Amino acid sequence: MQLKTKKKAAVSLNKKTFWQRCCEQKVLILMSVPLVLLKILFAYVPLVGWSMAFQNYKPAKGLFDQQWVGLDKFKFLFSDNVFLHDIRNTLAMSVINLVLGFVTAIILAILLNELKNMFFKRSIQTISYMPHFLSWIIVVGIVQNVLSTDSGIVNDLLLRFGIINSPVNFLGEPKYFWGIVGAANVWKEVGWNTIIYLASMSSIDPSLYEAAAVDGAGRFSKMIHVTLPAIKGTIVILLIMNIGHILDAGFEVQYLLGSGPVQDVSETIDIFVLKYGMQMNDYSLGTAAGIFKSVISIILVFSANWLSGKLGEERLI
Amino acid sequence: MSLSKLKKQSPADIAFNIFLAIFMILLVIITLYPIVNTIAISFNDGTDTLRGGIYLWPRVPTLYNYETIFKTTNLDQAFLVSVARTVIASVLNVFFTSMVAYTLTKRDYVFGKAITLIYVLTMYINAGLIPGYLLNKALGLTNNFWVYIIPGLVSAFDLIIVRTYMKSIPGSLMESAEIDGAGEFTIFIKIMLPLTAPVLATIALFCAVNQWNSWFDTFIYNGSNKNLTTLQYELMKALSTAMNQSGSTQHVANTEAAANQVTPVSIRAAITMVAAVPILCVYPFLQKYFVQGMTLGSVKE
Repeated sequence: MQLKTKKKAAVSLNKKTFWQRCCEQKVLILMSVPLVLLKILFAYVPLVGWSMAFQNYKPAKGLFDQQWVGLDKFKFLFSDNVFLHDIRNTLAMSVINLVLGFVTAIILAILLNELKNMFFKRSIQTISYMPHFLSWIIVVGIVQNVLSTDSGIVNDLLLRFGIINSPVNFLGEPKYFWGIVGAANVWKEVGWNTIIYLASMSSIDPSLYEAAAVDGAGRFSKMIHVTLPAIKGTIVILLIMNIGHILDAGFEVQYLLGSGPVQDVSETIDIFVLKYGMQMNDYSLGTAAGIFKSVISIILVFSANWLSGKLGEERLI
Repeated sequence: MSLSKLKKQSPADIAFNIFLAIFMILLVIITLYPIVNTIAISFNDGTDTLRGGIYLWPRVPTLYNYETIFKTTNLDQAFLVSVARTVIASVLNVFFTSMVAYTLTKRDYVFGKAITLIYVLTMYINAGLIPGYLLNKALGLTNNFWVYIIPGLVSAFDLIIVRTYMKSIPGSLMESAEIDGAGEFTIFIKIMLPLTAPVLATIALFCAVNQWNSWFDTFIYNGSNKNLTTLQYELMKALSTAMNQSGSTQHVANTEAAANQVTPVSIRAAITMVAAVPILCVYPFLQKYFVQGMTLGSVKE
């Protein structure tokens, strides 16, 4: 008991008041607080605008003089076929990108890890990382070029091998669209996505491979039984992190590639927000769609974080 | 050792190595061919391209596509704006991010925890396009160059990377400077900044690539202002024109009638290359910084 009071006294002696500490640290405060206020302005103040989703927002009036309509905008959204299709498209393209992205990056990383010639390995890595740095606009330009009906290499090869008889307009057919977006994503990101896997493979104990060799394991079974288990933790963490972004199917590639005939399968939630909110000036409806996406994303991120903790992996937040 | 290695080269091993080599070569071809093909088309006569059969080099070489885009579009201004936003944003971001990160390495800083929380939450909370647009509009950031720079200043991701790196630097250097009577800001500028140079290079490069590649902010905020257009936005406009016009045979016939004319396809290829070449040129030399940033970031995540 006595000890406790003594400790308390010592603490209060050391503990200066809040203002004293602020005065002492005024330089630190000057170095950080103005920038934090800027961040609050651009990241948190716009949240006030979420009230537009519950109003019939008219730009002429102030934000708080609007007519309140409750959940009408949300009710309209979920009875709107276009929006429901957009949710479907977003989820479909996300899942395709997620699965394709993971599988291809893991396979490539494992194969790169098998290359023994360092110069060859480095060159392949340099080349395969490169498309990551090209903007989506450039990539879309390249995709249009590769798939074009008059001079595209894909049609050229398919015709040459007799798989098709006349050029296919890939970008004009809804049934190919999701696949094209998935393939473009793989082309752009597969090399880049191997970086983290390669980093975690570099810490594998070489004696594991030797032990496997003694047991008579070939190259292939070493990849399956040594390399793959060693990066399992990394795969799980990345997978969980990506699930939080399942509604971020991307926006640029769909916006740039999605022309009239494929609109029904190309439009994502982000494009819906852009179209209704910005181009048709229905701020309320656009904001409502944006809120739907943000709220689902936050729920997913926090559940993923919780799941990550449950599985004994490091928490993300 | 080498003998046992030689012994292990079973036929299966050799077959696997051959498969590996072929796979990697295919990967390189799939990665590079579309880019090389676009270069070839950009240097080939526009109407000739529409006949097809351009693969790795131009058949009717010409600089006409490039001449046309520099004459008819606003490309030189766009190039200047792109360079300006890339340079200014990278410099400001590096300086401000490291400054905030430095204050967060001080364990007894009164606002340390609150600031970290404020930044980290921005990674998950996103108000969305329209509220953000209305805010920027209210702040006078439409038709304004600074809309490219200010709203994105100091990202949470960069801040965490830099703070993690700074924390790994031994504190003794800073302490001795403090004893010599140096203030916090002086210590930050004279000691911390030089010591964190590698990670600052990384975040500068990420920022530069993002700035160089973005077009959406131009589209939303400055689309109508010719003086504030960017390279990627000009490319995006060229792309949508090409999209609406190409693919119809009637169009091919029309352009064939007019000789030595550019077509949307060749224009698109030329602008694609103008936007891509700066990145393609600098990327191989800076690769190690990018990779370092990825691994640093993933450690924290």
